[in-house]
Amino acid sequence: MSTTQTSVAVGAEVEPDYLACSKGWKSWLFTLDHKRIGVMYLIAISASFFLGGLFALGIRLELFHPGEDFVDADGYNQLFTLHGAVMVFLFIIPGIPAALGNFVLPLMLGAKDVAFPRMNLASFWLWMFGAVFFVAVLASGGLDTGWTFYTPYSVEAQTAVIAAATGAFILGFSSIFTGINFIVTIHKMRPVGMTWFRMPLFLWGMYATAIIQVLATPVLGITLLLLVFERLTGAGIFDPNNGGDPILYQHFFWFYSHPAVYIMILPAMAIVSELVSVFSRKPIFGYKMIAYSSVAIALLGFLVWGHHMFTSGESKVAAAIFSALTFSVSIPSAIKVFNWLATMYKGSISLATPMLYALAFIFLFLIGGLTGLFLGTLSTDVHLHDTYFVVAHFHYVMVGGTLFAFLGGLHYWWPKMFGRMYSEKGAAISCLVAFAGFNIAFFPMFPLGAKGMPRRYWYYLEQDFISYHQLATVGTVLLGFGLLGIVIVLLRSLKSGEKAPANPWGGATMEWDAASPPIHHNFHHTPPVHDPYRFDDLRRDPATGNYSRTDAAEPVSSH
Amino acid sequence: MTIAEPSTPVQHEAEHGDHPPFIAHHFEDANHQFESGKLGMWIFLVTEILFFSGMFCAYAVYRSMHPEIFSYAAQFLDSKLGGINTVVLICSSLTAAWSVRCAQLGQRKGLILTLALTIIGAFGFLGIKYVEYSHKFHDGLLPGKYYQVQSESVADVGLAPSVTGAEGDAATTEADSGAAGAHAAVEDEHAGSHAPAEGPEPDNVKIFFGIYFAMTGVHGLHVIIGIGVYIWLLFRAIRGDFRPDYYGPVDFTALYWHLVDLIWIFLFPLLYLIH
Amino acid sequence: MSDHEHAAGGAHVMPVKVLLGVWAALIVLTVVTVWSAQYDLGRIDLVVAMGIATVKATLVALYFMHLRYDKGFHTVVILGALLFVALFVSMSLLDRAAYQPEIDARTVDLKAR
Repeated sequence: MSTTQTSVAVGAEVEPDYLACSKGWKSWLFTLDHKRIGVMYLIAISASFFLGGLFALGIRLELFHPGEDFVDADGYNQLFTLHGAVMVFLFIIPGIPAALGNFVLPLMLGAKDVAFPRMNLASFWLWMFGAVFFVAVLASGGLDTGWTFYTPYSVEAQTAVIAAATGAFILGFSSIFTGINFIVTIHKMRPVGMTWFRMPLFLWGMYATAIIQVLATPVLGITLLLLVFERLTGAGIFDPNNGGDPILYQHFFWFYSHPAVYIMILPAMAIVSELVSVFSRKPIFGYKMIAYSSVAIALLGFLVWGHHMFTSGESKVAAAIFSALTFSVSIPSAIKVFNWLATMYKGSISLATPMLYALAFIFLFLIGGLTGLFLGTLSTDVHLHDTYFVVAHFHYVMVGGTLFAFLGGLHYWWPKMFGRMYSEKGAAISCLVAFAGFNIAFFPMFPLGAKGMPRRYWYYLEQDFISYHQLATVGTVLLGFGLLGIVIVLLRSLKSGEKAPANPWGGATMEWDAASPPIHHNFHHTPPVHDPYRFDDLRRDPATGNYSRTDAAEPVSSH
Repeated sequence: MTIAEPSTPVQHEAEHGDHPPFIAHHFEDANHQFESGKLGMWIFLVTEILFFSGMFCAYAVYRSMHPEIFSYAAQFLDSKLGGINTVVLICSSLTAAWSVRCAQLGQRKGLILTLALTIIGAFGFLGIKYVEYSHKFHDGLLPGKYYQVQSESVADVGLAPSVTGAEGDAATTEADSGAAGAHAAVEDEHAGSHAPAEGPEPDNVKIFFGIYFAMTGVHGLHVIIGIGVYIWLLFRAIRGDFRPDYYGPVDFTALYWHLVDLIWIFLFPLLYLIH
Repeated sequence: MSDHEHAAGGAHVMPVKVLLGVWAALIVLTVVTVWSAQYDLGRIDLVVAMGIATVKATLVALYFMHLRYDKGFHTVVILGALLFVALFVSMSLLDRAAYQPEIDARTVDLKAR
């Protein structure tokens, strides 16, 4: 991606863009510019995703055939643990907020930067530091506890638990810094005229995400700290062999990690809210309900953590309460889906690549969300717990949801980030291949789990399960090709893509008022605030492909 | 804590060329910067509260399930030293609050004095904590596998029905270690610093010391971080950075310091004053 | 509150009297806690100790941390945090007894070996 540095400023801008305004690796690694930090995050999390993807491929290749093919049982435990830990801590949680959010959030506010640029850079450095610990884990015996570090096994395991826990602890700090930054930025940096209910919904999603980052992540921090303490001293807090309480560890862990599921999905929903409206050329339907539902999901997300523990010894009272509360999350989630559908209804839908991803998201999230209800139901969960049904469910939400929305957002803002248009055809084909591959890989896991295949097993009964497993492996390879296609299409655009106009999609939010790519300070003058979902006063210039506001367009306020 | 530090302006722009050097380029004015920093600090305090809440949760769970461990083990803590430390920290909190007042009113000498006093208080707290910790280390009152104390009462009675009602025989296994005599001597030596243990030792007393060291250790770490930041503030105050329209760092650090004090206000009765 | 001074930007300046008054109250309450701990109050022991600590904490928050004169939103932020702490601790406590017998049995088991 280093080629991006050499890309030339677009159009008639006299001032060089943020990519070209200064050169050398120091100007990147020590930058306070939110855009460069966002791009560095993008490169870093993409590399992590690639690594996590390799582990996934290893899992699927091993499972293509029952018995020991490539790795033994211990090696398999390492594969799924490292796949989970890398994907969760290094990719999905920082993914959308830290990479795309960092880039877009100040632009959407017409601001020059986030509230605390130094803290933003510190967040990135902490991410790198945490990632170093994960590399150390790989180099020193790996990790086989599962990404959840459940006690008592994580106290006894001979693998690099302390290094991994320390890494996750540091990554937590990184996440907290991003959260604090976004909350303060949204509170304090909104331009005159942009009231809370004139904010783009992406910002509402980021705000709700930041609330969770701030409230939940510290609990993960103390959990991991106590786990390391337990391992070092045998303090007896989580280890039953010392009088400790292993279920208490699960309470601690899921008090963070369930809300963290919404750290993953809320930014994805936030992106889809933007995409659906822009590519349907219609104001978003039920703006306030979508905004409120983001915050509702963030808060309700804290009330349901016990549904991860139905079969692990949790009390019946707690299980019943948590099961009932779990259903409440489906209400704001459904509100969002209905509103997206209503937005598309009678809209003039353009099937540009970002919109393809948005549609894929809605479809996949629907499956992922609805199967979540099966698992939230106490009686069915007892059967489905720790089977491939669960694996399929959360991959539909995390990959089908978060990854596809992330890719949609990436394609949507790519012209803004790097000033180049990608090949629409290549991008669309890659998207469809990835979509098909994903479904082939993960849909068979629903029946597989319902039939009784447990998760995290490296061996299975051939006659019952082999066809499902083989289908899943084929799908995974296809998904991999789709992702590879996306990388090729996007990287090619940097070299040979057409120069992007300021507003190629006709978005009405403020980032499209900046040049593509933006200048170092984002805007020469803070642009006037318009309704973020009003498209009828935007006209496309066929010569440049740029959308600009007609003279009739009236800002809600001028700065 | 460097969140509101004035940054070197990267580019001078016409429309913001009149910024004083302590205002970062993306803020409109001093007040905008201050308010942003303050909100950021409060949200950071939220993360601190949630961070400590994990240990309070562990404390609540174990104390409610095993009150006997807590009432037994708390006798080994020195409530006098704990009380003195509470007072020291409250005094340090006072000077921190006062330093904000001095900074707001532009009283540079007062600011330097109050910051210095705050640091002295913090060092005093750590000093007393060090004395306490070294006693604990000496007596083997440590978490988990490092816990190796037998109270003479347990060793003498030789039969200890465990409080949980199970027919455990803690005394025999523990007396086997053969160090009972030596430890009894240690107990006598320190008899002045804590009341002798009453009754048989319950199971898993080490859990209390796990929680004790986790809570006071993490709290102590926060004190150390506070000292670092306050030394930096003192340096800047002497340099004359702060003025009535720029005192954010003093204010925000004081907020952090008060929170550290608040946590101790709860830790003291929870750990030291148990029957 | 006419005698309260204001710094540039309208921030509230805490009078020395208030600072010292709050400090004195905190010291007195600390002494009260230690004194009351000498007596075995049985079940309300913890309630008394926590009650005094909460009063002290409130004093620090309102005056030392300026919450009384600060933006209301900051109070909302902190109370919100405490609400989530309460949620976390109470739900974990609700569940604590469910598996304690097994843990105690394990302790006995290990000792018997």
